[in-house]
Amino acid sequence: MEVPISTAELLTTDGVPLKQSLKKAERKNKIRAFLLVFPLLLFIIVTFVMPIGDMLLRSVDDTQINTVFPNTFSEFKKWDKEKDELPPEEVYKALFEELAYGDKIQVGRALTRMNYSKSGWKSLIKNTSRAIKKAVKKNEFPDSYKDFLITANDKWADPTYWYAMGQMVNFQTPIYYYNAIDMTYDQDQNVIRQEENRRVYVQTWIKTLKVSVYVTFFCLVLGFPVAHLLANLPLRYSNLLMIFVLLPFWTSLLVRTTAWIVMLQQQGVINGILVWLGILNDDGRLSMVYNETGTLIAMTQILLPFMILPLYSVMRVIPKSHMRAAQNLGAKPATAFWKVYLPQTIPGMSAGGLLVFVLAIGYFITPELVGGKDGKLIGSWIAYHLKTTLNWGLCAALGAILLGVMLVFYWLYNKIVGIDNIKLG
Amino acid sequence: MNSEKEKTFVKFEKIDKSYDGEVLVVKNLNLDIAKGEFVTMLGPSGSGKTTTLMMLAGFETPTNGEIYLDGMPISKIPPYEREIGMVFQNYALFPHMTVQENLAFPLEVRKMSKAETKEKVQKALDMVELGEFGTRFPAQLSGGQQQRVALARALVFEPRLVLMDEPLGALDKNLREQMQYEIKHIHDRIGITVVYVTHDQSEALTMSNRIAVFNDGVVQQLSTPDILYEKPENSFVAQFIGENNRMTGTIKTMENNYCNVELENGAGTVKALKVNVGEVGEKTQLSVRPERVSLGSEGNGENVFTGKVEELIYLGDHIRVRLDVCGNNEFIVKVPNEGSFDYNEGDSIKLNWNPNDIRALDLQN
Repeated sequence: MEVPISTAELLTTDGVPLKQSLKKAERKNKIRAFLLVFPLLLFIIVTFVMPIGDMLLRSVDDTQINTVFPNTFSEFKKWDKEKDELPPEEVYKALFEELAYGDKIQVGRALTRMNYSKSGWKSLIKNTSRAIKKAVKKNEFPDSYKDFLITANDKWADPTYWYAMGQMVNFQTPIYYYNAIDMTYDQDQNVIRQEENRRVYVQTWIKTLKVSVYVTFFCLVLGFPVAHLLANLPLRYSNLLMIFVLLPFWTSLLVRTTAWIVMLQQQGVINGILVWLGILNDDGRLSMVYNETGTLIAMTQILLPFMILPLYSVMRVIPKSHMRAAQNLGAKPATAFWKVYLPQTIPGMSAGGLLVFVLAIGYFITPELVGGKDGKLIGSWIAYHLKTTLNWGLCAALGAILLGVMLVFYWLYNKIVGIDNIKLG
Repeated sequence: MNSEKEKTFVKFEKIDKSYDGEVLVVKNLNLDIAKGEFVTMLGPSGSGKTTTLMMLAGFETPTNGEIYLDGMPISKIPPYEREIGMVFQNYALFPHMTVQENLAFPLEVRKMSKAETKEKVQKALDMVELGEFGTRFPAQLSGGQQQRVALARALVFEPRLVLMDEPLGALDKNLREQMQYEIKHIHDRIGITVVYVTHDQSEALTMSNRIAVFNDGVVQQLSTPDILYEKPENSFVAQFIGENNRMTGTIKTMENNYCNVELENGAGTVKALKVNVGEVGEKTQLSVRPERVSLGSEGNGENVFTGKVEELIYLGDHIRVRLDVCGNNEFIVKVPNEGSFDYNEGDSIKLNWNPNDIRALDLQN
């Protein structure tokens, strides 16, 4: 039997279209709801969306240098590299003028940027500037700027410096991203791999991913039984146990990390006990800190609560009757666990796993302190460039790649497990 | 005697159970259940009925005594080898499996072939009239449908015995009544032995062959529903099963099956059936069902009293009259609605009951 569907618009008793009337009735609630979330929305925009947007822009931004050498760059573009070995006179002239009258601080900043594309720029510009300033002071303007600059420093006759300038001509540059994966430009602006001794990032990326995967795995293996115990003990015991799980949260991260150094170092507690028990020789002490092992141990311990809590909240609501029902239906306890209990904890495992993985991949303090030389992760490099080399473009590119990797994992996760299956409590 | 013993399928023998070593949850339980029987354990919460069921399923160990299934002691057999089906209170359907997978689970762990599994699952689903719902997940079913899936799952592997732990507790009243009949019909059809736990007396009366009334870890009475209702052996059973009017008094004389009881506060003497009483001079509690009291007549002249109508409640098929009789103003009488009822609140009224309908029982404190 088919029910005829009326295509006519539904009206209210007063003759107003139903949809319109409904909208009107709901409008007030919608405005109120929006006003309630507005402060939070604003907060998120200011503290989250804008910084990330700024970071993404900064990772490709090359405007800074363009504001310092606008004329040089515009003349530079006219240079036909096939015809002339060196740029034409106009380029030298523009460079001379912009160095002579440019803002000192801005030029200084630009130098840092120039050095990224070829080392040697900094000293070259610096001592050229000095010569130019001297000449300007004496009001001696040269006839040929080209000759003047080459006399000031013969590197101006070296075309590789000029080729390197080509990388900076545009307002946007992908150079930071190339650098973040150990690539760079050659003199013809082809993308090539960095020299062997300067390749550091790819192996750090791999190590970061490896450590994150291991930490997530160890957290799962160690956290699962604890969460199960927490969820199944009588309340008064589980509360006590919960305090032990949460206790690390209330202790400073720095204190916990240094505590691990005390525990793990060669003259530390664990080695001491093992030697005392005669398990190890005094000269066979294990090196468990200032390397990748130390990073793994400390990070696993520190991130463990982030695995236990989501697992616990999921396990708590799995009725005990399910295991009983499975056994009643003929499954041995192990089968019942594998087929009935474990699948139901997947939302908790995935939430905990994703949480630990996300935190681990960007972890900084712990690997920095206990990681030594080979336990350092990508976060350490970001901090290094942020504070020491002030190469913020590279920082932003590394951060953006980190974000991208996260999004890829998130996407994969959604494909495989489904994001609806996540459960934090 | 011998044939009686052969019929016994489940036997609880001197079962005691304590969780903490201080309190006995089940005390000296002796219970025989015949093959194909539908036995209900009925009692208030904390009376030990669920513990008894869990011991039978193997999830709790008896502190003392032995349970026999088909003549074999089963205390040492783990739950997964007992071949006992069970319907849990909240169904315990596995939420990550479809209905079909839930039903196939017990067959798969028994390594049954794919084809046979599929056939049995479909048969079980058809039995509970859910043939179309096999591919759904439990969360997509209504409470009544989930209940039926749980029932089908407990039956699909052809267990020796099915246990049900308050399976209808989560359903609303209409659905619960409908499911009571469905379970009863399925039991009648396949003839499986069922041990059912509930605290709902009407459920127990509707479905059971026999009912064991539990209180305080002890079986108070084990009989068929009609005997339980009409001939309760103690005041707990009288009170727990159905409605009853209680009066306390002292036994004055005893003759044959009857005794004469002088009511407290001097309201008169009642001739009652002697069921569970001590000696002359001891106190007793009298119990009479509201529908066994007749209003406005003197009957054969025994147990005639006068009461005052306190409240009338119209219930359609019958009228519920609350009276003040012998100093008890909670005395209820049910009068069938035959269209001739014309008393008003405040009226004085004659009432009587047959001595066979009032039972002298132990005094409950």
